Amino acid sequence: MIDFEILIISITIFVLAIFIGYEVITKVPPTLHTPLMSGSNAISGIVIIGALLVAGSTDGLIPKIIGSIAVGLSVINVVGGFLVTDRMLSMFKKGNDKK
Amino acid sequence: MNTEQIINNNIVNLGYVIAAIFFIIGLKRLSSPGTAKNGNRLASVGMLIAVLATVLGNNIFGWEWIISSILIASIIGVFSARKIQMTAMPQLVAIFNGLGGSASGLIAAGELYNLIEANSEIAKDTTITIMISTIIGSLTLTGSLIAFGKLQEIMPTRPLLLPARNILNIMLILALIFSAIWLVIEPSYTPFIIAAIIALILGILIVIPIGGADMPVVIALLNSYSGIAGAATGFVLENNILIISGSLVGASGLILTRIMTKAMNRSLLNVMLGGFGVEDGASAGSGEEETRPVKSIQPDDAATILGYSESVIIVPGYGLAVAQAQHQVRELADILKNRGISVKYAIHPVAGRMPGHMNVLLAEANVPYDELKDLDEINSEFQRTDVAIVIGANDVTNPTARTDTSSPIYGMPILNVDQAQSVIMMKRSMSSGFAGVQNELFFLDKTMMLFGDAKDSVENIVKEVKDL
Repeated sequence: MIDFEILIISITIFVLAIFIGYEVITKVPPTLHTPLMSGSNAISGIVIIGALLVAGSTDGLIPKIIGSIAVGLSVINVVGGFLVTDRMLSMFKKGNDKK
Repeated sequence: MNTEQIINNNIVNLGYVIAAIFFIIGLKRLSSPGTAKNGNRLASVGMLIAVLATVLGNNIFGWEWIISSILIASIIGVFSARKIQMTAMPQLVAIFNGLGGSASGLIAAGELYNLIEANSEIAKDTTITIMISTIIGSLTLTGSLIAFGKLQEIMPTRPLLLPARNILNIMLILALIFSAIWLVIEPSYTPFIIAAIIALILGILIVIPIGGADMPVVIALLNSYSGIAGAATGFVLENNILIISGSLVGASGLILTRIMTKAMNRSLLNVMLGGFGVEDGASAGSGEEETRPVKSIQPDDAATILGYSESVIIVPGYGLAVAQAQHQVRELADILKNRGISVKYAIHPVAGRMPGHMNVLLAEANVPYDELKDLDEINSEFQRTDVAIVIGANDVTNPTARTDTSSPIYGMPILNVDQAQSVIMMKRSMSSGFAGVQNELFFLDKTMMLFGDAKDSVENIVKEVKDL
């Protein structure tokens, strides 16, 4: 029943992480919602790890092809997501005139 | 498992914990414009740590495939991040959501292949998680592609309502459940492929009936899906960092979805059932022709009113972005400020095509973020304001939403533009907004309509104010 134990641990992590996400993200002001979306989108590119594991798991051709495509898709997500968020956030400037 | 492997696993997991900390602190720093850039960079460092831990701690075969894939994808990623227009951000995010979703689906497929080829017995919980990951991933892919098509206006933005779509959806969902159970009982390729295809079709059917005005909700929801798909992949691979990051993104998407539906005063179910704007538009059109008079003014009149006021609130809507008038508006704000007039921007949560879109568009035009006020902050200020100038916004200023219980937008939080001393409404024509409702604001005594292209009009006002 070891598998089952791991599943319970996974569910625990899942639930706790959702709570952390909820607490952290409710504090993001509407001004930053678009960068939040593109930035969190880049974070969801974390599936690159799964893709690397599948692509690198064996020398079999099919996992190689499937895994490498998945690696590519998630890299676009990660690289594009973080860069475009950085570009957007560079535009946000505070007014330095009076007040 | 030998000792070396155990040590390796520990190092990998330690790397994952550090990566998770970077993600959480990164997201936390996104809560203020001053620290946000740093937060995003922290998150990207977290990603690098996670990838390095994975690569160093596992025996990865066949580097040439992986590296060439990373190289090509990086070029595409850099190129799209650099070239994308800020008005097209919703499309980019939609596509990225789809990529994340499809990667999750492919990983599940690869894992299933490995398990079946290994000929060992496959645990039930693994097949269940493979199924969930595949279904959410596939839904996210096609749903995002349709959302992209609608946003890019390759596809008609109005809701497409298929006949008998409810029965069709229910039948597909039943078939999906059937194939999922089949896969769990007897792991093989056939039920997997059937389930994937049905989920791909469902993704299309879910987004197709949703109208263009509701796209912000859809993008936020798909964002959430892409995170949940990642978390599901984490369950498949028993990988904690995938579960943690996926949940963070899933939570973020859900919060944004809720904020958007609240700002429209609609339930998520109501948005998903779709068709908003079709029935309502028809009923509004069948009503009596609008004959009430409106006051129409020219740019020079507007310039006089603005130039001799003390406080101005600018209310931008998506029409402003369509006309590409952000820079002209900022110029207008600058000369007004030089005359000692207080200028602020009132941003409704649904201004633009994704959450927070209008803020980015104005930031791009160098509007300082501390002048951008959201609904709760600004609404009490309208009554103390001389002039509210509405540019390319409509439904979000309609006072009917407060009073007329029969109106389709009744209860939607609006900007209290009608409480300002006077209102300048810049519009192309008298047409109604997305909701198909006539805006009572047009007919108030204090309202002046300035018809024409937003960019030209603002440009002319700027010229006239300079000559005052």
